[in-house]
Amino acid sequence: MANGNALLDARDVTIRFGGLTAVSHFNLGIQPHELVGLIGPNGAGKTTVFNMLTGVYKPTEGQIFVGGVSTHDFKPYQITALGMARTFQNIRLFKELSVLDNVKIGGHIHYKYSAAAAVLKTNRFHEAEEAAEHDAIELLKIFGLENRAGYYAKNLPYGDQRRLEIARALSAQPKLLLLDEPAAGLNDRETRDLLQTIRDIHKRFDIAILVIEHNMELVMELCERIVVLNFGKTIAQGTPGQVRENPVVIEAYLGEPAEAAGI
Amino acid sequence: MTKSLPWWLRDLLWLALFVAVLVGLAYGLDAIPIVGMAYYNRILVLMGINITLAVSLNIINGHAGQFSLGHAGFMAVGAYFSAYLTFYHFAPRLDKMPAGTEQWLMQNVFLVIAVLCGGLLAALAGYLVGLPSLRLRGDYLAIVTLGFGEIIRVFILNIDKIGAARGFSGIPHWGNFFWVFLVCGLAIVISWRLVQSSVGRAFLAVREDQVAAEAMGIDTTRYKVKAFVIGSFLAGVAGGLYAHYTMYLNPQTFMFVKSFEVVAMVVLGGLGSISGSVVAAVILTFLPEGLRSVKDYMPGGRDPRMVIYSIMLIVLMLTRPQGLFGRRELWQVFGRKKKRDQSEAPPVQ
Amino acid sequence: MQEILQNLLNGIAVGAIYALIALGYTMVYGILKLINFAHGDVFMLGSFVGFYVGGYAARHLHTTGGALGWGYAGLVMLVAMVVCGLFGFLNERIAYRPLRNSPRIASLITAIGVSFLLEYGGQFVFGADPKRFPTLVAPHYIAFGGLSVTNYQIIVLVVAVIFMGLLQYIIYGTKFGRAMRAVSFNFETASLMGIPTDRVISMTFIIGSMLAAVAGILFGLSYPTINPLMGIMPGLKAFIAAVLGGIGNVPGAVVGGLIIGIIESFIGGSPLSGYKDAIAFIILIAILLFRPSGLFGKYQAEKV
Repeated sequence: MANGNALLDARDVTIRFGGLTAVSHFNLGIQPHELVGLIGPNGAGKTTVFNMLTGVYKPTEGQIFVGGVSTHDFKPYQITALGMARTFQNIRLFKELSVLDNVKIGGHIHYKYSAAAAVLKTNRFHEAEEAAEHDAIELLKIFGLENRAGYYAKNLPYGDQRRLEIARALSAQPKLLLLDEPAAGLNDRETRDLLQTIRDIHKRFDIAILVIEHNMELVMELCERIVVLNFGKTIAQGTPGQVRENPVVIEAYLGEPAEAAGI
Repeated sequence: MTKSLPWWLRDLLWLALFVAVLVGLAYGLDAIPIVGMAYYNRILVLMGINITLAVSLNIINGHAGQFSLGHAGFMAVGAYFSAYLTFYHFAPRLDKMPAGTEQWLMQNVFLVIAVLCGGLLAALAGYLVGLPSLRLRGDYLAIVTLGFGEIIRVFILNIDKIGAARGFSGIPHWGNFFWVFLVCGLAIVISWRLVQSSVGRAFLAVREDQVAAEAMGIDTTRYKVKAFVIGSFLAGVAGGLYAHYTMYLNPQTFMFVKSFEVVAMVVLGGLGSISGSVVAAVILTFLPEGLRSVKDYMPGGRDPRMVIYSIMLIVLMLTRPQGLFGRRELWQVFGRKKKRDQSEAPPVQ
Repeated sequence: MQEILQNLLNGIAVGAIYALIALGYTMVYGILKLINFAHGDVFMLGSFVGFYVGGYAARHLHTTGGALGWGYAGLVMLVAMVVCGLFGFLNERIAYRPLRNSPRIASLITAIGVSFLLEYGGQFVFGADPKRFPTLVAPHYIAFGGLSVTNYQIIVLVVAVIFMGLLQYIIYGTKFGRAMRAVSFNFETASLMGIPTDRVISMTFIIGSMLAAVAGILFGLSYPTINPLMGIMPGLKAFIAAVLGGIGNVPGAVVGGLIIGIIESFIGGSPLSGYKDAIAFIILIAILLFRPSGLFGKYQAEKV
């Protein structure tokens, strides 16, 4: 049974690729409105965890519950419908579509109607389209992208593309937002802005957020609780303060150049 | 005809207007006293069928991004099935009726039923072909759809009741300018309204990035199959009208060369551009007709049309792989220079 | 029993030709991830070069019993290989290389265009009517324990095996072969390691086209009626053979070709013979549904 009101509950999740155990006995529970960070050095298995949570990979052992529902036989799109949305480490926008359409597609599950309704332009079609348009513009305003609604997504500057990806994910109205290395490729200033944006949306939409980051600094500043992975195992978890002091974590991170770890 | 009317009434009014224009054109064109008007009329009708085929393939290839090389197969299913229904069931019944308005009316009712049934069977075929596409990457899917088209053809070759290798002759001449262009117009409207809707956006999302589409809650499987079903339905209807217009079907017509022809139209117009498909279908219908006379200057009367056609296709892909209009529509291409307000601001490089 | 063996033998003879064509598909796909649609038509081109060169030789030489004999047959094959190799080289250079960084669909459509050009260009230049392939070697039957074997079938088999062995040696025994495997494994890394990828790709097209030329000559030898559209069906079936064996996998292409040839031969001898041309496609669809990596291939899921 899943933990009553947990948004996400991963229990003893293990995945093996051939003989390689990429992640073993991973446990994570996220309550509503929590801000959790998942960190670890390169190759620790962070993205693999993400891909299991979102249904791209199937865990070899263990179970994952989203909103109390076991997602074992779910496809990624079904998991999204349970109230979980994500961004991608290497931005995956719909490049040849407009910024506005990107956000509208993010809200797909909420503005669906049949092909027949689309062809006949029924009242249902008009209602859904107006709602989609309205909600999308509102979201773009929050991210300061409303003036660029008509641009092709591929023509946005890099930082804006990252923000658009978050806007697109929010458009699905998730209860839990998964951010996969949102600061990757951003400079210091942009990272500051992003930090502020994440805090803002956390407050405004009253959602829980799970951030995977390579950049320790950002996670330390942002998150209430941090889970540290190394070699597929959870080596520590706790508040930023506890994690910072933890000798196992320091060792794991000092094992590689400090600059890369962002300390 | 504004938003204040209920949706069904508004569309009905537009439809009535369109029908009136088509009826006017159908009679008007016949009345033009030019030598060889029947020939031009025939080309016009074939053009209408080609436009329908191109627009329907554009839904699959251009919007949903599923590369299909089997469109001739869907067309064949629609053509043969509707012809079968008419030849064995509807025509004998119609012959028993006394000539007159009632017979004329029933003829058109039968035509609509036959053609719709052809479209539905083609849609079923599209559903079956769409299923494997879920697991296949672009170029594999191309081969599977091509193979499917060939399987259909081989099966037709083995069914004696629909003429096998001899071809299916004796189909009544019920199709005409009016029906072909009514379907053509509807196909364009359907495709246009789809792409402006959440369904169409889901198609585009699948085309752009399947993994991201799936993460946005889009059941990519479902939408791929949907694109196949809609596209093949329209192709089947076009095939049915083709059968009832040319009155003769031959399995060779539906070789994959025909599929390639339709693909060439869609690619020439720009994958994903509806108006591009229409313009390209018009060009590629008239071009071979225009080149007909080139044959007379060739030694031995050999026909260089297809050679020119293939060279054009290669040169086009090498010089302008995005097609005439790219992904945009006709008016966006020409309207861009004039209309540069904030919403269509020039993209940042 | 005898009938089964006979079908098996006929199937192997056809399958060997499919296998030779399939090798070209599989090598090009392995390296460029491109289905070279024109490859089946290169096979046709090989046949037609054989037709013209062989015909020329037959008119200008004293032939014994209407056949050219071994030496000249070899020469005809060599000329066909050179012409097709050159065509393969130019084809890649002119039509595919400029599109290497474009979406894959663009090169796929270009390949279809080249295929059309060869088919309709062939009809335009050679004429659309079927031609009779010259007799290269005098035919005779060998009775073999109740089976009827032609010397052509044996020639096809022996020649095919020789060329496959040669290819195997090139791929696994030479420096070029190592470069080719490296490029096929990872294009970018290979080019970073200083492997001249462009040259490797050119060579791959040349070798593949030469093998298709060999297949074209062997086909002309065994089924002496040729026409400009003859490459379409064997081309598609050879592609299916390549997929069946696991595309990119050289021995797989050979096995796939033989399997398709044998199955077709059995269907051809059964009441279902009318469906012979459909069976390869049905196999293809089944394979892609149940084992998309083919018999010997590895399937790679997309990385997220």
